[in-house]
Amino acid sequence: MSSGTLYDKVWNFHQVKQLPGGSTQLFVGLHLIHEVTSPQAFSALNEKNLEVKFPNLTVATVDHIVPTLNQQRPFSDPLAEEMLTTLERNCKTHGIKFHGIGSTSQGIVHVIAPELGLTQPGMTVACGDSHTSTHGAFGAIAFGIGTSQVRDVLASQSLAMKKLKVRRIWVDGSLQQGVYAKDLILHIIRLLGVKGGVGFAYEFAGPAIEKLSMEGRMTICNMAIEGGARCGYINPDETTFEYLKGKEYSPKGKEWDKAIQWWKSLVSDSEAKFDHEIQLDGSSIEPTVTWGITPGQGISIKEKIPNPEELPKNEQQIAKDACKYMNLEADQPIEGTSIDVCFIGSCTNGRLSDLQEASKIVKGRKVSAGIKAFVVPGSQKVAKEAKQIGIDKIFLTAGFEWREPGCSMCLAMNPDKLEGRQISASSSNRNFKGRQGSANGRTLLMSPAMVAAAAIHGKVTDVRKLLQD
Amino acid sequence: MKMEFPKGAIKAIKGRSLVIKGDDIDTDRIIPARFLKCVSFTALGEQVFADDREEIKGNHPFDLEQNKGANILIVNDNFGCGSSREHAPQALMRWGIRLIIGESFAEIFFGNCLALGIPCMTASKQEITKLQNLVNENYNQMWNFNLKGLSISNQKEIFKLDLDSGAYKMLYTGTWDATSQLLDSEEKINNTFNNLPYLNNFK
Repeated sequence: MSSGTLYDKVWNFHQVKQLPGGSTQLFVGLHLIHEVTSPQAFSALNEKNLEVKFPNLTVATVDHIVPTLNQQRPFSDPLAEEMLTTLERNCKTHGIKFHGIGSTSQGIVHVIAPELGLTQPGMTVACGDSHTSTHGAFGAIAFGIGTSQVRDVLASQSLAMKKLKVRRIWVDGSLQQGVYAKDLILHIIRLLGVKGGVGFAYEFAGPAIEKLSMEGRMTICNMAIEGGARCGYINPDETTFEYLKGKEYSPKGKEWDKAIQWWKSLVSDSEAKFDHEIQLDGSSIEPTVTWGITPGQGISIKEKIPNPEELPKNEQQIAKDACKYMNLEADQPIEGTSIDVCFIGSCTNGRLSDLQEASKIVKGRKVSAGIKAFVVPGSQKVAKEAKQIGIDKIFLTAGFEWREPGCSMCLAMNPDKLEGRQISASSSNRNFKGRQGSANGRTLLMSPAMVAAAAIHGKVTDVRKLLQD
Repeated sequence: MKMEFPKGAIKAIKGRSLVIKGDDIDTDRIIPARFLKCVSFTALGEQVFADDREEIKGNHPFDLEQNKGANILIVNDNFGCGSSREHAPQALMRWGIRLIIGESFAEIFFGNCLALGIPCMTASKQEITKLQNLVNENYNQMWNFNLKGLSISNQKEIFKLDLDSGAYKMLYTGTWDATSQLLDSEEKINNTFNNLPYLNNFK
């Protein structure tokens, strides 16, 4: 059993009591809600005649269903409009702060909470969304929950949870030019598998992790769940504190100094015990792209699509299914695969630095003929800052569309969808069958810079070639 | 007929089974995102596995006439991975599923099922394959699941199953609906709140 890790320390601070069934009643310090997984939770609360226990510890926004072309109310999709009005009503009734449409702080829930300074080290963060693991980048224990649990958190500010084991993933070296946090996490998921993390919290550590910006760290933790780990985290350090300083909800004045002291005390001890540890070399990782239908089916840009027969036995069937669904041939290089749609955005890669890196590739070039390429900033704040430094213009000049913030084509609960057999180069997090809104649409996951490169050439391209030009 | 949802202690489940084969079946496949555009779970039963069913037009296990009324689902490895949407177990439950047996389950999916009173039991790959084959040989046979015995049987053969001890206790004692348990400790919740530095100005 782990001891002395950040996970252990934060867990201990939040334990309310042991429940008869053997799980722990765990206090939730920050509860984030959105329009998709909360309406039924509020209904259940009303049915049981319960109040929201700590309304000021829940924060709401709207992201999944918002259109990115025209955000005028009412939305043209009546179902989407109903979901939004339901959330507005629930927030109003229960006194919950709502960062809604028209607010300068609206955006994807996992983008806005960090940029507002709501997410801080040492917190427990829960949200009815599996990518809540994102917030672990700050040294918080952050995890996705279902709607029944959203109800429980609203009613009691706590959850019945079982303590996870802790695996430390130590990454040596530093990422090469053209290799980003996204490549690293796709590489890790490939290595450990999509269920390798079940039962674990992942602690990402080591020189390559420490060198990442907060936004890169968020990309890493965001996709911990794609490796099966319900939460991933990174110990807070100067990079974390620097990011948080001056944010709207960050501690100020004397409290700031005390906060730093407490945050530093939470960092995993040098003699901490982990349930499992692995080590890898970050310097040897290359731009990575998924070719299949799970985020674990990734290969470096230099590799060929694997031959299912040559894979370990337990991976053969899903690899065969993947080849068939993706209509990609085994033993062919992934580089050069033609694509139809390029999507830059999502809670994985919709932050300012993601757009900046992609814009460097796009600058002075044109989107290849016939390719639909679009950028969806993760939040209003990202959109505003991007415009201030002229990134929107770079994309627009190159032939990209520049949209309003939202989850967009990551999961296509809004008008942004693949059509038919279209294949996308996507900076999002899931390449599941049908994920991007067409029942037989296809998704290749990669870094935003790689998506930009794919847009320029109309096919999967090694971004490093465009960095050299 | 109004469908009864799980209530109270879940000690035994009797019924017919159906099989969904394949590893890493994610919640987007169980319930595609477009069906999440709702403020109630009511309609989800009909939409379960919508795209998979559409693809094989009527030949999907959830469409076959022989499987109507079945309430036990036998799956493979890492079932329910991906999104945290409770809509996935809700859709299965509203179609009629009351028990899922597989090689392994994704964590959030497992917890969501537990919160609805649906046990997710595990067995080895070998045992699951055997069980799936038996079910497919005769869809009409009745299966008896016994939580205390951690087993399922068709009178001729008995399969041992596994379940985490915490989930076992919650199902066995009918305390899987956690809200009231959590609310029992109001004072302790307040104590925890008062001892968290970040909720108390870092005092």
